[in-house]
Amino acid sequence: MTAGNVFFALCAIVSLVGALVTVVARNPIRGAVGLLSTIVGMAGLFLMLKAQFLAAIQLIVYAGAVVVLFVFVIMLLGPDAGAVSGQPPKARFSRVVGVLAAIAASAFGLLLLAETSAAVRLPQTRPDHGSVEAVGGLIFRKGLFLFELATVLLIVAVIGAIAVARGGRPARRATPTKDEGRRLFAGPLHPRDAGRPLGKEGV
Amino acid sequence: MEPLGYVIEHYVALSGVLFTIGAVGFLARSNVLVQLMSIELMLNAVNLMLVAYNRVHGDVMSGQMFAFFIIAVAAAEAAVGLAIVLSFYRLKSTVNSDAADNLRH
Repeated sequence: MTAGNVFFALCAIVSLVGALVTVVARNPIRGAVGLLSTIVGMAGLFLMLKAQFLAAIQLIVYAGAVVVLFVFVIMLLGPDAGAVSGQPPKARFSRVVGVLAAIAASAFGLLLLAETSAAVRLPQTRPDHGSVEAVGGLIFRKGLFLFELATVLLIVAVIGAIAVARGGRPARRATPTKDEGRRLFAGPLHPRDAGRPLGKEGV
Repeated sequence: MEPLGYVIEHYVALSGVLFTIGAVGFLARSNVLVQLMSIELMLNAVNLMLVAYNRVHGDVMSGQMFAFFIIAVAAAEAAVGLAIVLSFYRLKSTVNSDAADNLRH
């Protein structure tokens, strides 16, 4: 029993328990904490697999951004976020069939894995395997186009998220006034005074 | 018995179990927020699988590059998904996915 064995077992247990809590918890805040625990456990596994850069990214992006976003939305929704509806769930039969099929497929896969296991030991690696320098260099040499596409995707996602979440009616336009140009630069600062006639003091 | 955590199969098995938990959560729960979190679980499981198989090849890091882009896509997906949840809640005053039947008729 080395430190690596203990570390793997710890991370695996933390991520499994977190995943179960995420799925089972009635209160979505508990689910978000379970997701956080899964993510931290998985960052530990990434470290075990010599992917230090990905472990850091995982903590920054998932634990730092995605989970916080989930918590914010849960808080915005308030108690409704975990409310259970009175009606029985729809499509119960197909759901049960889907769950059973997923569990059966996974059990079959695990059995197959145990059966055909070649017990591939993790080989020696270059000393810089998974470092920020090595992975970053690879991304900028081989995946530069993908990287640029990812930036476009993120920008589009941000704009789309804002557009969808703002929703509702477009902001009502104030009734146009005759000296709009002057009002733009010399008008009142408070919306309450929007209709106030412009005096001489402006310009 | 192989040493725990130094064999690729342990990571693959763990990733499969995590993916199954996510899939079951997505199918069994009707809370949209929990369903989104289950999707994140599944994406994480796939990332673990990619990094684990990448580790078998000592001098290649393409799998880690893939996982990096998957994390970027997952972040975008979470942002848009949560915005849709907020918009859906504004429409229906609930986050139960059974209530999403506007396209039914």
